[in-house]
Amino acid sequence: MDFRKLAVAAASAVALCGWSGVAGAGQYDGITINILTRPGPVIAGAVSQHGKEFEKLTGAKIIVNEVPYAEIFPKVQQDWSTGTNSIDVAVFAAGWGVELAAAGLLENLDPYIAKDGKIDLQDIAPYFREFAQKIGGHTMVIQVDGDFQMVYYRKDILEKNNLQPPKTWDDYLAIAKAINGQDMSGDGKPGYGSCIFKKRNAQSYFAVQTIASTIVQTQGTAQGFQFENATMKPLVNNAGWKKAFELYKETSKYGPPEELNMDIGDTRALFKSGRCGLLIEWGDPGPLQLEDDAKVIKNKLYATNVGSKEVLDRKTGKLVPVSKESAPNAIDGINYAPFSAFGGWGGAVNAKSDPKVKQAAYDFLSFMSQKEQSNVDVTLGWTGFNPYRLSQLKSTDLWVKSGMDEGLAKNYMGAINDALNNPNMSSDLKIPGAQQYTAVVLDTELARYMAGEITVDEALKNIEAGWEKITRDFGRDEQIKQMALAVGPAK
Amino acid sequence: MSDGTATSQPGISPAGLSRGESWGEWFDRQSRTFFIAPAVTLVLLFAIFPTFYTIVFAISHVRFSATGLKFRTVWFENFAAQFTGNQQVHFLGRFTSMSTAGWVFSLVTAGALLWWLYRAFVSGATWVGLAGRVISAAMAMFIALLFAATLLSGNQWGTLLNTLFYVVVGCSIQFVIGLMLAFLCSQPVIGKNFFRVLFFIPLMITPLGVGYAFKMILDVTKGPFQPFWKLVGLGNWAWSTDAWAARWFVILGDSWQWIPFIFIVLLAALENVPKDHVEAAQVDGASSFQIFREITWPQILPVAATVMLIRMIEAFKIVDLPNIMTAGGPGIATESMTLHSLFLWRANDMGDSAAVAYLLLILTVVVCSSFFNYVVLKRLRKARA
Repeated sequence: MDFRKLAVAAASAVALCGWSGVAGAGQYDGITINILTRPGPVIAGAVSQHGKEFEKLTGAKIIVNEVPYAEIFPKVQQDWSTGTNSIDVAVFAAGWGVELAAAGLLENLDPYIAKDGKIDLQDIAPYFREFAQKIGGHTMVIQVDGDFQMVYYRKDILEKNNLQPPKTWDDYLAIAKAINGQDMSGDGKPGYGSCIFKKRNAQSYFAVQTIASTIVQTQGTAQGFQFENATMKPLVNNAGWKKAFELYKETSKYGPPEELNMDIGDTRALFKSGRCGLLIEWGDPGPLQLEDDAKVIKNKLYATNVGSKEVLDRKTGKLVPVSKESAPNAIDGINYAPFSAFGGWGGAVNAKSDPKVKQAAYDFLSFMSQKEQSNVDVTLGWTGFNPYRLSQLKSTDLWVKSGMDEGLAKNYMGAINDALNNPNMSSDLKIPGAQQYTAVVLDTELARYMAGEITVDEALKNIEAGWEKITRDFGRDEQIKQMALAVGPAK
Repeated sequence: MSDGTATSQPGISPAGLSRGESWGEWFDRQSRTFFIAPAVTLVLLFAIFPTFYTIVFAISHVRFSATGLKFRTVWFENFAAQFTGNQQVHFLGRFTSMSTAGWVFSLVTAGALLWWLYRAFVSGATWVGLAGRVISAAMAMFIALLFAATLLSGNQWGTLLNTLFYVVVGCSIQFVIGLMLAFLCSQPVIGKNFFRVLFFIPLMITPLGVGYAFKMILDVTKGPFQPFWKLVGLGNWAWSTDAWAARWFVILGDSWQWIPFIFIVLLAALENVPKDHVEAAQVDGASSFQIFREITWPQILPVAATVMLIRMIEAFKIVDLPNIMTAGGPGIATESMTLHSLFLWRANDMGDSAAVAYLLLILTVVVCSSFFNYVVLKRLRKARA
């Protein structure tokens, strides 16, 4: 039994012996909690495992319902608003909750938290605690994951080629070009310079935003990069997003031939087998490289944040070099805007569930989020949970114990801390229609551009029109208000 | 008094008759209604009611709230969006200027359709028949114009023509191969029972399974045929990123699954062709081709037409394979109308989703009834004559 399996067993044992939260043994006998989330093992696997532990502790039965990623939000919305109420807890993107909360479908978790002595909210990083979990000042989502997209690079391959880690997207392309075709897995097979999941109706639209944010957002998180927050006018049909789209397409030259049809599972299998030199990914590849089927890349996949030397001048609509005026938060002439893509998986409770089920559901979410469970979960790649608690990011101990060498642990924590602490960190949308703006309109037009069906200008124009339609549907004033609530007053 | 029972009225207990006997008679008389009532109720509940209720969605803008669905009537806005609004490019395709080939094709089609209508008019068709022909001709002209303005003019087409591509090209290929296999298996060949079972197996597999299987089989870098692709110089060729290759591969998977359906039905039809007719023709010195054309084909034509019609109706609803194999991509190159509707539904855009579903229903009804009336019935009459 390796350390990670031992850690899970130990954590489970500690949980079983030491659970002394609100619930007690047998307290929830006869209660069933139905949870909806994405298919396992990622996310759903960890939820199921903790469900079994929780059942032993409290008697509550946890049933995990799995649906494809693209169907999570509509399923939850339809189930809760049509009165079906077959789902008690949805584990989804923190940003999606705001639309449900506006419709009165989410339970306010403040009263439950007040009675809970174990969740330790102050240990959750401020961004996730205040932005992701709260809607309208009330905690309505319990985070079990923290998300930022970063660039990963094969340290050994770059060193072999005397290349420095990428700092800008131009560096990314140059490195991808230089190492593309080299044997990176030691089996004689040519590797790929860059691997990004680009399949339509999956999660392709996040990576392009990771690039766009570094070009379009310069003045801090509240500025945003998808909309002019004060007017909700789409900020997409401009030179900044155009450059991001073009850079994104350019990466395909150095990627697997069927990259356009690859989802995150496909690219993860590819980089774990050592075939990828660069990736745009969430925090998962850090611990994923420690798994048994990733021996080729163990302790070799390093993370960094990548920025841009050119940024969008919103007045002229043109790209300008980074300067103190154009990008006051730039570091060494590079504008960084680490993108909290998705915002992390979090659990929300159905306001119409039975009161006893709601209490049990909250206790389960609290159980998953508590340090005893969470600090082990985030070190295991298969769970899909990434660091979001301060205790997970303050020292390398947790990560070294999980199997990382000291150098990788420092690098991994450093990249996440750099992202979290950057005043220009860019936020995923947290307004009604968030899923439609990006997962539908942006994703479709991006896919059409990538397939060569339309030009970049047409794609951006279509996105602008699509976003305007959604804003009109929800009401412009309401959206402006929600945007201000999400990221602060417009600047 | 012996005939008193026969004249008793339902629900009334005539003098001299017990109440039970009169109810029994009444039930006897109404038995047909009672027996079909459950079926009719189920059909109304699960088929007709949703079909009409979908109209409410199609003419509304729907929002979710804590108290249920909120409908705002927008009348034909959702339909208009497919033809002239923000869904136009997705549904119909992209139009720029029409190419010369497009104009020629359109004019030839228009001429042919006008000639067809004129022939019907002068041959004394009824007004109802003429109205049906006008609807069919209008649909044919619309599709022809769309084809000319998109593919023949170098533009991308949308989900409507994608669907028709799957129906027309896919079903034709499936019919020809299915017929050939059925013909082969109807011959006295060794191991024909084994082949019959073998050819039938794909139909048993769920379309999702077929989709995943084909996605894996056709993976050029990791699939089982990777050495083959590499050997023929296609190791770096990704069919899923090429619009036409992706469409053809979807048809390949669809054909693999559905050829057995056509095969098994046509095999049954071929085996019912009277052997004495064939033997008589053989004695008269007819060639195999002549026997097939003059004896076998006319006899299996009703079954062939029916199986093609059923297959076409099914093909209009294709959704599993493009969803699994390509997620509708690259871009929207393999997205069918059903998948288009599904994606809109998944985005909670219920109005547009219902509008696309209704447009698919209209397209299916017009194309299939036109095929049945003007192709199948015509050939059947000709064969009988």
